[in-house]
Amino acid sequence: MLTLEHFLTVGALLFCLGLVIALSKRNAIGVLMGIELMLNSVNLTLIAFSRFSDGPAEIAGHAFVAFIITVAAAEAAVALALAVAVYRSRQTVEVDQLDLLKL
Amino acid sequence: MIQLFAAATGEAPGISEAVLWAIILCPLVAFAAITLYVRHLPKIAGYLSILAIGVSFVLSLIALIDVLGASGGIAIYSHDWFQAGPLELALGVRIDGLTAVMLVVVSSVSLLVQVYSQGYMEGDPGYGRYYAYMSLFITAMLGLVLADNLFMLFIFWELVGLSSYLLIGFWFHKPSAASAAKKAFIVTRIGDLGLLAAILLIWTRHETLAIDEIHELALAGVLGGTTLTLFGLGLFAGAVGKSAQFPLHVWLPDAMEGPTPVSALIHAATMVAAGVYLMARFFPVIEASPDALTVVGWIGAATVAVGASLALVQTDLKRVLAYSTISQLGYMMLALGVFGYAVAVFHLFTHAFFKALLFLGSGSVNHATNTFDMRLMGGLRTVMPITFWTFLIGTLSLSGIFPLAGFWSKDEILLEAWVNNKGLYAVAAIASFVTALYMFRAVFMTFFGTYKGGEPVDHEDEDSHFHGDPAHPHESSWVMTVPLLILTAGAIAAGWWALGKEFHHFVEAAIPAEALHKAPDFSYWIAITSSLIAVAGIGTAWAIYHRGLVSSTEIRKVVLPIAVLLENKFFLDDLYERAFAVQVFQRGWNRLVELFDTTAVDGAVNGVGWVGTQSSRVLRHAQTGQVQLYGAGIAAGVFIVAIIVFIANPL
Repeated sequence: MLTLEHFLTVGALLFCLGLVIALSKRNAIGVLMGIELMLNSVNLTLIAFSRFSDGPAEIAGHAFVAFIITVAAAEAAVALALAVAVYRSRQTVEVDQLDLLKL
Repeated sequence: MIQLFAAATGEAPGISEAVLWAIILCPLVAFAAITLYVRHLPKIAGYLSILAIGVSFVLSLIALIDVLGASGGIAIYSHDWFQAGPLELALGVRIDGLTAVMLVVVSSVSLLVQVYSQGYMEGDPGYGRYYAYMSLFITAMLGLVLADNLFMLFIFWELVGLSSYLLIGFWFHKPSAASAAKKAFIVTRIGDLGLLAAILLIWTRHETLAIDEIHELALAGVLGGTTLTLFGLGLFAGAVGKSAQFPLHVWLPDAMEGPTPVSALIHAATMVAAGVYLMARFFPVIEASPDALTVVGWIGAATVAVGASLALVQTDLKRVLAYSTISQLGYMMLALGVFGYAVAVFHLFTHAFFKALLFLGSGSVNHATNTFDMRLMGGLRTVMPITFWTFLIGTLSLSGIFPLAGFWSKDEILLEAWVNNKGLYAVAAIASFVTALYMFRAVFMTFFGTYKGGEPVDHEDEDSHFHGDPAHPHESSWVMTVPLLILTAGAIAAGWWALGKEFHHFVEAAIPAEALHKAPDFSYWIAITSSLIAVAGIGTAWAIYHRGLVSSTEIRKVVLPIAVLLENKFFLDDLYERAFAVQVFQRGWNRLVELFDTTAVDGAVNGVGWVGTQSSRVLRHAQTGQVQLYGAGIAAGVFIVAIIVFIANPL
């Protein structure tokens, strides 16, 4: 029998994986993928809460998830466009080299 | 609140309060109107000002006649002005013999000076401004003598100081005039500090500022001891500044930088009289403190001596008159110091006429010769007959020759001094010899002998508005000579009012009878001695400066140290400037303030900057520009917050 804890554990593991990827990958695309993974782990958690509760909270979980998927899609579009634009001007998307503000 | 006090004989003055306020307000309205609307219409500004002061003069005369009719009763009209905590301030006017006399002196001399100024100031680009300032000044002076409480008196007192500053510095583009104005303002401010301290003292001790209540306190002995003496000396400090008493007399000669009619008005008849008026007004207070009275008398005597001796060595006609004014003001203080309240006011009254006359006469001479330097004059007797004769009568009056006005008042001062203090009498008598000497020195140098050509007109000088030809001097126009003639009448006849002591009784009714001392009777012995002394002075001047029996340069050689001392004004200006201004203030106090500024103030400002620089030097290492490091920081922060939340709310 799958319980809420199982889902939450998977969600937390996915979140941590995503965080480690986002903080450690040098390639900007990889960082974006890490962020997507974190967002989806949150989605999983929310939908799990929704499944294991009754009343208005149930539909609220679904609404949050649909909302986050939309925002994540928009964010991915903007972020990839930025990555392309950065690559065109700097010939690189290595995030540790994108430190112009520091100079 | 209305208080009416009848004199011993007669009733209280019935004059309406509105008339008294109108006396102050007329010139004030003229001042406002000229400043706001007609400053650029010179003729109209002049007429407006003359009209306003003319109305004030007529109303002052009405007030005088009314108080005369009441044999010198007192009327006080007082209104609540505002209240601040326990401090209740009143706004009121007071009319009595002293005020009535002062009103007429101030407004009549002002009126004549205003008329005269039309000729003297003709063509000056600041003509409208001149009349505006004059109106303000006259307002202040009239308000000063009408005020019924110390606070209001102080306001007008400071207004007098302000307007005198404006008038002395009237030609402010001349550096000498600008610095003379500043000097007058700062030096009189030193004395005003004493007056302010006296006001604060009387308020904190007795919670009253009304003049009549202070009189009562002093007479009842409630106000006594050290407080009384300090109060009296504080008032006297104010008078020392305003009335140019030693050692604060240094501003008055420099104040001659203003236009001559201003000198006539401010430095002869009115402003410097304010100090003497203040002393006379608070005579019951001064009289109750023997210490204060002694100080007043001897400071007066010192002033008499300093003024008279310095007048001897001046070459500038106006400066002779300036030092003469200082010396005469000293006589008034000296008179107060020997219980001569009425005599001091009487001398103020007569002096106003003959000194205004002399100043206006010197202005008339200046108008013909373009200079005040007596060494460039001479022989003007024939070309300027009206100026000469009026000036001569003024001089005789000042020297104290029978039966002119100055004789009566000066004789009474000598008499009071003889009866009460022989030391003061000696100073006064010797000074009266010197007075006649320096005045006739001026007359002989200016009007007798041969004309030395005056000062050539400098056509390059844009500030010079001199019209005419100094090489061929001529008599001034009627607007200038008519005031001279009227003042001459005053210089001759003003003293006759006191023939039967009417003046004295009239003025004495203004203060409580308990404060009065019986005036000594007329003494032929004193009168004859003082006349002989004056004639001796005139004779000496005649011998030295007209006939040349003794050369003045020879005398100078004989008494060289004294001459050098006098020519340098007893080194007082140098003392004040080098010792006080430079050493004490510039090198001492200013350095201290500067040190505070550069260390404490600048230190605080720079310290804040230093802390910022140093802390950012450490913190800048946190900003690496690596976005993932920031992300890690955020994640770590969230993790820490989460741990704290779990610890605080265990599951």
